[in-house]
Amino acid sequence: MGTGLYTQLLDLACGVFLIAAVLVLWYRELSAIVRVFAMQGVALGVIGLLLGLHEQRWGLVGIAVGVSVLRAGVLPYLMRRSLTAAGQTRETQPLVNVAASLLTAAALTLLAYAAAQPLVQLAPSPATRALPVGLAVVLIGFFALVTRRRAISQIVGFLLLDNGITASAFLATSGVPLIVELGVAFDLLLAVLVLQLLTLRMRTAFGDTDLDDLRELHD
Amino acid sequence: MTSPSSGLVPYLAVTAQVLVVVGGAPLLTGLMRQVRARMEGRAGAGVAQPWRDARKLLRKEAISPVGTGPAFRLTPLLLVASTAVIAALVPLASTDTPFSARADLILVVALLALGTVSLALAGLDTGTAFGGMGASREMTIAALVEPTILLSVLALSIPAGSTSLPAIVAGRIHDPNRLASPSGLLAIVALAVVTLAEAGRLPVDNPSTHLELTMVHEAMILEYAGPDLALVELGSQMRLAVLLGLLATLAAPWGIATTSSWAALALALPLLAAKVALLGTGLAAVEVFWAKLRLFRVPELLAGSFLLAVLAVTASYFLTGA
Repeated sequence: MGTGLYTQLLDLACGVFLIAAVLVLWYRELSAIVRVFAMQGVALGVIGLLLGLHEQRWGLVGIAVGVSVLRAGVLPYLMRRSLTAAGQTRETQPLVNVAASLLTAAALTLLAYAAAQPLVQLAPSPATRALPVGLAVVLIGFFALVTRRRAISQIVGFLLLDNGITASAFLATSGVPLIVELGVAFDLLLAVLVLQLLTLRMRTAFGDTDLDDLRELHD
Repeated sequence: MTSPSSGLVPYLAVTAQVLVVVGGAPLLTGLMRQVRARMEGRAGAGVAQPWRDARKLLRKEAISPVGTGPAFRLTPLLLVASTAVIAALVPLASTDTPFSARADLILVVALLALGTVSLALAGLDTGTAFGGMGASREMTIAALVEPTILLSVLALSIPAGSTSLPAIVAGRIHDPNRLASPSGLLAIVALAVVTLAEAGRLPVDNPSTHLELTMVHEAMILEYAGPDLALVELGSQMRLAVLLGLLATLAAPWGIATTSSWAALALALPLLAAKVALLGTGLAAVEVFWAKLRLFRVPELLAGSFLLAVLAVTASYFLTGA
């Protein structure tokens, strides 16, 4: 694979990765959000795959395949199942309205770019130059996590955050060791399963998955 | 590119561009209406119907409502004239024109805004409820659209190192890698969304409605009749054609003449017509399946497209291949 083509494809995958994070903020339909999350999982897998092929590290290729199976297949499947169980498909009122959260995402991207500059200058290469993308997705995921009300969209925010961390690891250090990656993957799977169970319990208790209702537990 | 060369062809290219836009814009609208009609199972009025409408309107007596001032009377001329100037500036068929040194992005956006503002002033000038409502809606949309157009084309101008449109287009022709870069793609998508908003097409404004809840453009021109109405219609058709032409030029710049030769120009004009017709047909086809957005959700759409433009600009800094 030529360097030019590698750079192009890597940048394209990073672009798709960032756009998916933005679309999560844009959509209101929860099923569409899950679809976009799956797309982001594919983009993340492609980033890892390209890095692995470029540096001829076959372990990384394996990790990339595993990551994309988990993030584009298993997790969206689990979320879709808890969506059909919860019955509610719309994020009715995020705490920050959509236009404002899109503008916030723009500001967060610029912040990530500014914050990543010293890191990029340590060893400039096509992969490290794309590092701000990973940081931006971390920040956007955190933003989605704190401004959304429904349990499912908070899960997506959390997973977005983790996708960003994984992408940063890929881009900065060409991936973490296999054993760490496996640990993270199982942690994630467990977290989503627990959250799915929690969503179901909330639904049976309140008939809703709006997390603001949970304050009644304090009484 | 930026230094105009001598000879007859550059002047001919500009004349041809303006003539194609003026003559072809009503045909483009007719084509889009015809595509829409066919897809909805109607026979349609034919591609040349907008020209027949214009002929009919031009034969009528010129009337202007009592109490309207110069803003109402000058707007049709200003709208058509400013759009014709844009058609001459934008490198639709050739990047080598006598005006290419002045074909700056900021000038083009300012001319677009001039047309929008004069139309809004004309809507206010009539003093009717609809005119004022349409004008206020149009200005709301325009305030969100102009920065996005500027930003998205700025993202394309960073690799070219110049905000001159011919330089951007020529750069994109000579370096096709830029076409598929994330920054370029994001900018084109952002530009496509604002083109729909600026031209008053479906998700933002429905061009074929007269329902007071939804209309934006139609509300401002309700009081026009006769030749003035023909000019306003022609102006908005030309705006659509120019904006689609700009989008096609930036997204798929192949075939645009970069030198002043007869053969290149002869190839560029039919290609331009084909590209714009293709874009128009595609737009009309998707419009059949789209519903108009609620007015309160339009800022969301435009904020999204602004974000895409910002990402395009930042991506061109932090991605190597952009």
